Amino acid sequence: MFQLMIFTPLILTISSVVLVLSLALSKKSKMNREKSSPFECGFDANSNQRLPFSLRFFLVTIIFLIFDVEIVILFPAIQSIFTSQEFYWNFIFISFLIILLGGLFHEWKQGSLNWAI
Amino acid sequence: MIQVILFLVVVVCVLVGVAFFTLFERKLLGYIQLRKGPNKVGLGGVLQPFSDAIKLFSKEHVSPSTSNYSAFLIAPCFSLGLSLLMWLSIPSFFNLLSFNKSVLFFLCGLGVGVYGLLAAGWSSNSKYSLIGCLRGVAQTVSYEVSLVLILFTPLVVTVGYELGSFSSFQENLWFIFIFPAAGLIWFISCLAETNRTPFDFAEGESELVSGYNTEYSSGGFALIMLAEYTSILFMSFLFSVIFLGGDCSFFVLVSFGVMAFIFVWVRGTLPRFRYDKLMYLAWKFFLPFSISYLVLMAGLLSMLFLGFKEC
Repeated sequence: MFQLMIFTPLILTISSVVLVLSLALSKKSKMNREKSSPFECGFDANSNQRLPFSLRFFLVTIIFLIFDVEIVILFPAIQSIFTSQEFYWNFIFISFLIILLGGLFHEWKQGSLNWAI
Repeated sequence: MIQVILFLVVVVCVLVGVAFFTLFERKLLGYIQLRKGPNKVGLGGVLQPFSDAIKLFSKEHVSPSTSNYSAFLIAPCFSLGLSLLMWLSIPSFFNLLSFNKSVLFFLCGLGVGVYGLLAAGWSSNSKYSLIGCLRGVAQTVSYEVSLVLILFTPLVVTVGYELGSFSSFQENLWFIFIFPAAGLIWFISCLAETNRTPFDFAEGESELVSGYNTEYSSGGFALIMLAEYTSILFMSFLFSVIFLGGDCSFFVLVSFGVMAFIFVWVRGTLPRFRYDKLMYLAWKFFLPFSISYLVLMAGLLSMLFLGFKEC
């Protein structure tokens, strides 16, 4: 763990040094208002770029959040094979997974997985 | 200290490998499309990646006037650093960093990798970037679930979170022969997770100009490319560790190369998917399949173990 605490800042430093080097080495030119405006096909972007986005992306992230929490709950199960009886471990693991599958099918039936509304 | 040096060696080797992987990809795509790839620089194009790097790093850095500049600069560094950091979790012959929770480590790395994408797209403050990053984030996030749940199936067999222990379980039979469907779905999820071609909606160049890296140039773009290819190489190495043997021998390098070849081959062969079909594939096919496969495998294995105990 201590090594990771060394390596993580080290690698972030390396990548930022690469970026700083490229900023220092790159060709310099005068900034132009047109050139540094956000990319558009031939006209000035005058409206706000951060448009309200489709709600589907947000809902997918919410569903992901649920399943990610389930995965986090599942993780200790693997380590606890050693310390538990096989029958009970198996019973609990499989019934948890079946509840998860039932939840997925319920969401499917309710239509929250449909992309086009 | 020796470990820091070994780590730096690994980082440099990965970066050089990424450079030559881009050359490999361009050559291979060239021959797939019945033309020669880059063949002028050096001996038959061998020095092409270095000339590309010199070109990219000496180009002008354009900073968009409306961008959130600090996030705009930090995002490429963050994603490159993260995908290099994930290489720590591979089992190494030199025992680089032997920790027994390496599966958890790279899963955390995959999960945090979304933020680099999100920051790069959001901070450049362009419509194309924002749409590209939204698509990429939704896709990466939904394939991560099936990726992890598929990974549980080998993990139940090996009992533990150590990537190094996968090799001792596959001395006689590889996991790809025991769980062929799991290996296939893991590979497809890897393609979606690294935003590779049949699923490259984060940079759909026919609709969004270049997706989330539209506003990037020179160094930032180079770092984003390096991060993407590093994670592609990491994913193919991970596949060969988890499913194709994975002992520290010459053969793991061969299977690693074959997996990297398949990544490029898929890019040369398949057209882009449709976005709603991509989401249906993740949520309505891969996720139910991976959960029920895990139920099947857990039941089967514990039945076998219970049977062994009674004998």
